[in-house]
Amino acid sequence: MSEGTVAKKQKLSVPFDYDKYLRPKKLPHIWCPGCGHGIVLKALLRAIEASGLNKDDICMVSGIGCSSRTPGYVDFNTMHSLHGRAFAFATGIKFAKPNMKVIVITGDGDALAIGGNHFIHTCRRNIDLTVLVYTNAIYGMTGGQYSPTTPLGDIATTSRYGNIEPPFDACKMAEAAGASFVARGTAYHTLELEKTILEAIKHKGTSVVDIIDACPTYYGRMNKYKSATHMMEVIEKDGTVSVKQADKLPPEKLEGKLLRGVLYKTDRPEYCEQYATQVMGKATGK
Amino acid sequence: MATNTAMKKQTGLTGNSAIAIAMKQINPDVCPAYPITPSTAIIEDFSSYVADGDVDTELITVESEHSAMSACIGAAAAGARVMTATSSQGLALMWEMLYIASGMRLPIVITNVNRALSAPINIHCDHSDSMGARDAGWVQLYSETVQEAYDNLIMAVRIAENEKVLLPVMVCLDGFITSHAIENITLLDKAEVQSFIGEYKPERSLLDIDHPSTFGAMTLQDAYMTFKHQQSEAMTRAKDVVSSVSAEFAKKFGRNYGLIDAYRLEDAEIAIVILNSAAGTTKVVVDELRKQGKKAGMLRLRLFRPLPHKEIADALKNCKAVAVLDRADSMNDFGGPLFNEVRSALYDGETRPKVISRIYGLGGRDYKIKDATDVFDELSAAVKTGKTDTLTKYITL
Repeated sequence: MSEGTVAKKQKLSVPFDYDKYLRPKKLPHIWCPGCGHGIVLKALLRAIEASGLNKDDICMVSGIGCSSRTPGYVDFNTMHSLHGRAFAFATGIKFAKPNMKVIVITGDGDALAIGGNHFIHTCRRNIDLTVLVYTNAIYGMTGGQYSPTTPLGDIATTSRYGNIEPPFDACKMAEAAGASFVARGTAYHTLELEKTILEAIKHKGTSVVDIIDACPTYYGRMNKYKSATHMMEVIEKDGTVSVKQADKLPPEKLEGKLLRGVLYKTDRPEYCEQYATQVMGKATGK
Repeated sequence: MATNTAMKKQTGLTGNSAIAIAMKQINPDVCPAYPITPSTAIIEDFSSYVADGDVDTELITVESEHSAMSACIGAAAAGARVMTATSSQGLALMWEMLYIASGMRLPIVITNVNRALSAPINIHCDHSDSMGARDAGWVQLYSETVQEAYDNLIMAVRIAENEKVLLPVMVCLDGFITSHAIENITLLDKAEVQSFIGEYKPERSLLDIDHPSTFGAMTLQDAYMTFKHQQSEAMTRAKDVVSSVSAEFAKKFGRNYGLIDAYRLEDAEIAIVILNSAAGTTKVVVDELRKQGKKAGMLRLRLFRPLPHKEIADALKNCKAVAVLDRADSMNDFGGPLFNEVRSALYDGETRPKVISRIYGLGGRDYKIKDATDVFDELSAAVKTGKTDTLTKYITL
């Protein structure tokens, strides 16, 4: 647990006016009943409130997909970009305005398939971006095609006999690529998610939070989940273990489960700072 | 034969479903795909045909359209008959490979369900996607109806694979308006489609180890221009091939499509030139004006690449004033892409009509009877006064 978390605890539980961060005229949102994206948005707004950041100092950038509709609903500086390219747009923004808090909202298809290359190179540079990957194991916006996180054997409109492509683990990939903060949360563990996002926002460097979320409309129906809550229980509650509990459990109890919480954190030079000192500093002789 | 086909039972299908059925009947060897609205349902239906064993196609669900077109090129170079479908940003992401496909002379066939380009993001119909690819060396066919889109796709295979052409072909239809609306359509039998398209025997392929070949190798000042000249000549020849394939299709199946659809143009003094589904609305207005004794007509291009410039000039030769309606803007302060090409085609005529550019229906904005009526009123006034109001203007704003 990082320093200051206890102090923030109180702040997190304080109710606040969500309208401060929303664009009420853009509501209702497009997300289906049972979709967890709204819960994630709530956790994100509360984490931002707790961070003490001025909303005008925040820029939210998204790609394409259900999760990427988020910036349309929130009253920050926002950009809805291209499928898979949010990282590249965000890199440009952060580079031009290093003092701005740049948050990337993306999904598993957006970040790990069409944007996979940008994802790993963002992590490699360790540029100071907060990246939230809404992982629901499906392309929801286009009608339920399997994605790079669809588990083996699962059904999608493009895998009628079960998916034969092994899924990515976004956290392992982020860590291997060089991100200096890697965490996982779920829409089920709402308070924990708030804390994880807050910690990610406060970290300097590429901070990736893989958020396990449910798509009852496509993934759920095709894979015989009874309801949205059933999905949350099976995938998010029973399908994950917090890193703290994991230490106490025997390996067989961890099989097939994803770890939750901060999985990796290190101090590594941040890209914009490196550029300012190592390149511009030398180029200008200062 | 034609009578028999006409008597076949009609069915109701969306444009996307009809395209998917055409793909099923064509039974391509490889289909690499990535989903994008509004073309997704094509591959969705097609993936069911793959799952049900109705086709022999290998469906590769890749990680982006960039990869989809790259895989199309790889498979086509290996000698496969290849198809896919996309829209908008998907086509834009394929842009780099579109030139590779045509430069390597690979007869790939894709369906482009026309949708506006970002930004701002929009999922509805306009033609900015395929117009952006108009110089990529692809044959482009545009479709007014679900029936025409289905027929065009079947003909596209023959056009692309014709030894005088060997160019990729793009079949365009309007997003949502044609892709999602259910229309009456008469389907062919699979056997009829198979007999019409024939077996694909690539002249060269990477897997033909007895005749080794290379694709896309470095050419500099010595040979690059020769390749491009050959490609350009193939595009010129494509016009006659589109004509002959369409004539054969008409003879066999009774549906006759020319390079252009000249509607009541014989004695027309005023005319609208337009692409795809908006032609239907325009024809209604032409009929109404004809009832009032006004000599109105409409020209719809089915073939845009190569441009049937002689046919355009001939069809409009009696007109005194013409409005070219573009569902895309060239952002050049000089009218849309269709306008510029049609106007240029009219330059060598004995009597040049007044030609104006009107941009309509961007991002799915409706084009209604009144919009077409207003344009015809403008043209009538231009005939009377000999003057046009403005050369280029946005309508349906």
